[in-house]
Amino acid sequence: MFTRSCCPTVDSSLLSLLPSLKVVSNGGAGVDHLDVPFITGQGVKVTNTPGAVSGSAADVAMLLLLASARKIVESLKTAEVPTAAVLPERLRGVEVTGSTLGIIGMGEIGYKIAQRSKGFVMTILYHNRTRRSVEEERVGGATFCESLDDLLRRSDFVVIAVGLAPDTRGLISHRELSRMKPGATLVNISRGQVVDHDALVKALQSGTIRAAALDVTHPKPLPRGHPLLGLRSVLITPHIGGNTYAAINRMSQTMLENALAAVTSLPVPNEVKSRRLN
Amino acid sequence: MNLDRSPSAWFCVHQSPPWSFTAFNDFPRSSRLRVAACTRLVSTPESGSSRAEKRDFLRDPQLYGEKIQAMFVWDFKPAAEASLLSSLPSLKVVANGGVGIDHLDVPYISSLGVKVTNTPNVVDEATADIAMALLLASARKVVEGHQIATDPKTTHIMQCPMGEEVSGATLGIVGMGNIGYKIAQRSKGFDMRILYHNRSRRSVEDEQAVGASYCQKIDDLLKQSDFVVLAVNLTPETTGLISQRELSLMRSTATLVNISRGLVVEQDALVTALRSGKIRAAALDVTHPEPLPRDHPLLGLPNVLITPHVGTNTYTTTRKMMRRWYKMLWLQ
Repeated sequence: MFTRSCCPTVDSSLLSLLPSLKVVSNGGAGVDHLDVPFITGQGVKVTNTPGAVSGSAADVAMLLLLASARKIVESLKTAEVPTAAVLPERLRGVEVTGSTLGIIGMGEIGYKIAQRSKGFVMTILYHNRTRRSVEEERVGGATFCESLDDLLRRSDFVVIAVGLAPDTRGLISHRELSRMKPGATLVNISRGQVVDHDALVKALQSGTIRAAALDVTHPKPLPRGHPLLGLRSVLITPHIGGNTYAAINRMSQTMLENALAAVTSLPVPNEVKSRRLN
Repeated sequence: MNLDRSPSAWFCVHQSPPWSFTAFNDFPRSSRLRVAACTRLVSTPESGSSRAEKRDFLRDPQLYGEKIQAMFVWDFKPAAEASLLSSLPSLKVVANGGVGIDHLDVPYISSLGVKVTNTPNVVDEATADIAMALLLASARKVVEGHQIATDPKTTHIMQCPMGEEVSGATLGIVGMGNIGYKIAQRSKGFDMRILYHNRSRRSVEDEQAVGASYCQKIDDLLKQSDFVVLAVNLTPETTGLISQRELSLMRSTATLVNISRGLVVEQDALVTALRSGKIRAAALDVTHPEPLPRDHPLLGLPNVLITPHVGTNTYTTTRKMMRRWYKMLWLQ
């Protein structure tokens, strides 16, 4: 069975109709929508496609960071109204080059974000359950922050690139947002549930942080009338992290390879055996 | 040139945003400037420690004109034309904020015995950042995505906009000066294959540092690139550099990004190319004129992003420009 973006819902009622099922082959890296222990407990393997979309997702992280910092969406609207003789003060953006980037979650995607930001001469900090090797840190130009608070205090841009798990749910809440700089931007490309949305709304409204750029929300899409939709300082995209033709092709290819290996009892390349985290 | 730096030295400016937030506090304490604004003053926050006194020059040009020794130009304003310069007999320097000075008639201004200065280098990074922002914004359809996500009618996300891959794509940089080179440095991190075309070739060391390959012929660059970024100065040679011929050499899946000057591109040819699908999309921080007339066809095309010349528009870079502006003045 191939799954993508939570469809179909793999629950006991569906599995009970598929006695010959050998594998649930998921498109994408995140498997938080699948009850992996339950499915594997039924003797069915679960696979994912971690490498297929990591470059595309890292590109979107950089896009959101730049677009928010330089107020691209607002600027585009201003250009369409050609009566403006002088650029409004509110279009003035914040500098990306030379700023400090804090990456939370230094898995494959987080590391690619570090690689991309190096070219912008950014100071790169990262926080992860485990520290990367010295060589990896040197190549990525990244410095480990054992304390999340330390990263939050020092960063101009905070990018969240963790997987969703019990210990990352609500990771960024009132407390964490209050540790951030007032001029800082929060970028989330992981899952909406990693960020407490109510806390985020309050932080933005009060100026505790400058702006937020979210490729993911919870729910998706946000209900109309949600306060995040009304804030000028928020940029939201509809989970486009893996949305390029090239990424989808790679993902599809990997889904097929995973499934074929599972049904022919060969070693499965991307088996998810337990909770998969960065 | 001996610029009078005494406390009563006068400077002429156009009332524009940077002044309202710096309030002259960035200038050295030792100087005391009097400023005549060339247009009507809009309300500006008066800083408690501001040492500048602002007057409306146009209300009484005869009174203030002969006192003005330096003119600051920001966002092409005020226009340094005969009609203004003839009322500034003591003018010694036209100090431009920004690196491009194609809007100034330098031979004419020089013939009056007036120097022209600009602010090179300080704008390079912010401009390179905007080139990358526009490239990514166009490729990954951020505007469309944001509209879908925030549209009052959106209840389900049925179809997300599919974008073009940036990682691993081929980038062609036309104009490998300081800004072009910084664009190359930034795109290297995206594993892009980088081609460049320039009047002169960069050193082997420079090329290797960013992994860029030289294309002596612009045609070769245009044929191979997924993204073409224009980062040239506007000169007689670069005016209309990209016209129908060049656009027809580009890939139908390619994106054109322009951060140089609007006149580098023949806009009518660009409109035709975008409408016919000859190229996929364009992202322009510069047009001609700026802003475009309301009914201009570029404004109506779904595959065009236009920003109102925001290449240097950050707090940090604006401050750097003003300090450099002032320093160039002080060195005269």
